[in-house]
Amino acid sequence: MAEAEIETTAAGEGEPLLSVRHLRKAYGDHEVLKDVSFDVRRGQVLVLLGPSGSGKSTLIRCLNGLETIQGGEIRFKGELVPNNNEKAWRRLRTQIGMVFQSYDLFPNLTVARNIELGPTKVQKRPKAEVDEQMDRLLADVQLSEYKDAYPRELSGGQKQRIAIVRALAMNPELMLFDEVTASLDPEMVREVLELMLRLARRHMTMIVVTHEMEFARRVADTVMFLENGVILERQSGDEFFTHPATDRARNFLESMSPVGAE
Amino acid sequence: MSWEVIRQALPLFEKAFIVTLRLSAVSVVLATLLGLVLALLREYRVPVLSQISTVFQELFRNTPLLIQLFFLYYGLPSIGVKWSAETCAIVGMSVLGAAYMCGAFEGGFSGIPRVQNESARALGLSPLQMIRHVTLPQGLTRSVPAVAANVIFMVKETSVFTVIAVPELTNTARDLIGMYYRSDEYLLMLVVAYAIVLIPLSIILTLIERRVRRGTFGDD
Repeated sequence: MAEAEIETTAAGEGEPLLSVRHLRKAYGDHEVLKDVSFDVRRGQVLVLLGPSGSGKSTLIRCLNGLETIQGGEIRFKGELVPNNNEKAWRRLRTQIGMVFQSYDLFPNLTVARNIELGPTKVQKRPKAEVDEQMDRLLADVQLSEYKDAYPRELSGGQKQRIAIVRALAMNPELMLFDEVTASLDPEMVREVLELMLRLARRHMTMIVVTHEMEFARRVADTVMFLENGVILERQSGDEFFTHPATDRARNFLESMSPVGAE
Repeated sequence: MSWEVIRQALPLFEKAFIVTLRLSAVSVVLATLLGLVLALLREYRVPVLSQISTVFQELFRNTPLLIQLFFLYYGLPSIGVKWSAETCAIVGMSVLGAAYMCGAFEGGFSGIPRVQNESARALGLSPLQMIRHVTLPQGLTRSVPAVAANVIFMVKETSVFTVIAVPELTNTARDLIGMYYRSDEYLLMLVVAYAIVLIPLSIILTLIERRVRRGTFGDD
């Protein structure tokens, strides 16, 4: 992938790429997200950490309209997204890429058709141009020879890398990663995380939900620590991992540290 | 058992065979199309229409075809609707079949992991594009075994048409037995006739099933 492939402006300038204010999400009486507010600058890598059930996956899913919300506002590039408006979200999703935990790829389509689908059918870009970009992206992740393979012929790690390529082929301005290595065999995790680290180094704006602490430490510009639908901490990655401000975060980090480590 | 009796009845059975085939084919096609639409309405939770789909399915799946035919053939004329026996047969079988086909397609659609729809949405696909590229190819493939079972069921169920005097296989056999009292020969011919339709049909459907899976998911 050429450096120019991912277009980003200088980080930290002007308005935030994504801005969330007083976001509320509930399933019936059960509040999953309570008054969540934060910004994401261009080029920033925001890592969401927290115990399971803390609402981090729900939060990331709200950020491309996959969940209905009960209150608050979400702005993308300064533009307010009307709440729960599927049409408005559909337009924005061409600029917001998302990769899920598993089973992302369409099993009925080859790798190439998986990647081409969004750019050609949704963005209506010419197939020749899309294919050229696809070839570059596939070469970059060293999966060119699987272009005509079906997903079932790929390993878990390969599938997730293709899923990332599929999202990148839309030229998104923001990438959402929802526990993308959680269901992979341990030996497959590294290749996926390394690809994500490379994207981060190329200043892709990313929001990442993960349980891989070492990776989180290396990739995060900013860490948000959630518990029970509330942001308990929000600070730089270095700061969070060396001096967590709350007991809850300290306990969480301890519980996630390798077994036997002091 | 007399071969002469069989030989003489052969032309009548041939005619009836064609009638059974024709009514089966038309009903299966109509039922499949209607069932697919009903299932899609439910899958995409289209307001009002999805509820109508549910009522339709429950109504026709839970009433015997025999009674539906009586209603269409003997009941409707009292409100001025006079359909031929064949029309009643096709309408009755199609709505009954659609109710079953709807269930078969629904089963296929429900086997699609939810994240498939979500990643389609995350790519910005419209509902129609999702139907075209995700729901139909994956759902139809998963539905094939249940749809095939329904096809066999519907062909066998055409024997009920005899009650409104459609000259299909069962009706013809019954008429002949009534006239000539040769039940052994005519019943044998009836069984053989159904077997000639159903055994190859069953084999073809199994082949299609395998073919479709391989075509869709690249399976071996």
